[in-house]
Order: sequence, then structure tokens, then C-alpha cells
Amino acid sequence: MSSWGSLERFLKTDPADAGCAETFELLDRYVERELAHGDAAEQFPGVAAHLSSCNPCVQDFEGLLAAIAGPAGSSRRESTTGR
Amino acid sequence: MASADLTTPESLTSDGVLDPESAVWVRRLGGSGSEYDEAVTRLHELLLRVTRSEVRRRRGQLPIAGPELDDLAHQAAADAVIGVVAKVAQFRGESRFSTWACKFAIFEVSTKIGRHFWQKPAVPMDAEDWDRLPDRFGLDPAGVAEWRDVIAALHRAVDDELTDRQRQIFVAIVVNGTPLDILVVELGSSRNAIYKTLFDARRKLRASLVTNGYLADDVSRQT
Repeated sequence: MSSWGSLERFLKTDPADAGCAETFELLDRYVERELAHGDAAEQFPGVAAHLSSCNPCVQDFEGLLAAIAGPAGSSRRESTTGR
Repeated sequence: MASADLTTPESLTSDGVLDPESAVWVRRLGGSGSEYDEAVTRLHELLLRVTRSEVRRRRGQLPIAGPELDDLAHQAAADAVIGVVAKVAQFRGESRFSTWACKFAIFEVSTKIGRHFWQKPAVPMDAEDWDRLPDRFGLDPAGVAEWRDVIAALHRAVDDELTDRQRQIFVAIVVNGTPLDILVVELGSSRNAIYKTLFDARRKLRASLVTNGYLADDVSRQT
């Protein structure tokens, strides 16, 4: 890996990325799916792709996960966003 | 960017009926009189708990504390209640009502934080300091000979390949480190529009760096 690997990762875009509006629309379902089955990223790949590159939406995802599941729910972040 | 896949909703029974708790929320918030008033009060209590918890969760990222933080939670909860009541007819039961409503409370916290920072910006919006870029990407000073040309090529691509709007947003977020939600307030735009503009800028810049031999090609990841 080159020393500019972080820059290279930032510039990569995923065509599956759902964008902020679609992610907000689906975020409640995404969180409930994750808590019930642990497979939200597979069920909503566009949201998962978006959460891998949008910090504000990740904050909202973590906040909703914590609100519904309690702070321990935030530990699921890595498995659902790939970060 | 693509539309997300949809799955079968979790909160509907097999015959498409809302779960009992969600049904009560929808019926009361869609009603009137004391039942409606009580439901709004309960909703406010629920969302205030969520916004208070959320500002506590984010407090390490915020330069405010105490009463100011609690005030932000109150403002977010009040606006979320207004939003949820206005949209209750749009609730389709694809999640539990409480989860759906909490989503708006969390988003209002993000919005209020963005507005707070916009009123007290840490970095002038018209600043532009490319010397900070290596730090932002954690580039190792020992490897300066390796990445200096890449940064210079990126700077040229930003100047030559991006539209004025793409350049403005790229510089604000990537070069200056302005949080996206603050830029939303500054430009009177939406999170989605700003993200989409940055998304297109990232794609253009990567293509330019690949074309000029600074990055390896990876066609399958690009659109």
C-alpha cells in the first residue's frame, strides 16, 4: 500500500452508493434489520456503501442504533458499515 | 449513485397490519382533542430522551456543554416533534413507529449541531490551505518525496477538472476540513446535494490521477 492509501480510498466512489436522502429514508429499517438479523448490509447494500463514505450519515446511523439498542448497539458499526 | 434495495418490512404483520404500539401512535397523532395532545406530549418526552442521549454521545466532538448542550437537545426535540406530527400520514409501518420517529430526532441533532458551528466557524469559509492536506489524509512526512507529486497533481486536477461548485465544496470539506453539515447551512443546500457534488468531484479527480499515472486503474470501482 502506498503512503497515500487514505487519499486513494477517499477518491474511490462506489456506484452502489445510495446517497444521503435514500439512506435517511431507509435508516430506520436498516437499524431494525441490523438489530433483528445482523444482516442489514446484505439487505440494503446501497445504504451500506453510503455509510462506508459519509461521516454525517454514519453519525446518524450510530445515534439511531444507540437510541434503539442502547450504547452497546454502536459496537455493531464496523460490521454494518465496513469501516 | 444507485437506489437501495428494499426488503420486506419487519414491523407489519403478515396481513399488512401495523404492530399494536405503532397503530396507537398513528391513530392518536392523527386524531384530535385530549388524545392528540397526550400523544404529542408523550412523543416529545420520547424524542427529548433521544436528543439528550444523542448530544451526550456526541459531546466529545462539541465545544459546548451543560445548559447550552441541553438547550440544543430541547430545540432538536421540539423540531423533531413538529416534523413527525406533520409526516405521520406518510408513516407506512416499514419499521416500528418509535424507530421511525427517533430517526427524525437524531437528524435534528445533526442539523442543530451544524447550525451551531456555522454561527461560530472554526475556519473561514473562504480559506484555502493546501499545506494541511497531507495531515488530513495522515500522509507520512517521511514519504514526502512519494506523495508530494500526487498532492500537486490533485491540486491541478481540482483547479482544471472540477466545476466551480465542485471545487468550492471539495476545498471546503477536504482542504479546510469543514464538516459537511456546516456547509449545508452555509450554502443553504441539503446534505444529499452536497454529498452528491463531492461524490462527482471524487470520481473526476480519481479519473484524472489515473489518467496521469498517479493512481492505478480500478475500473470496476468507478462509474
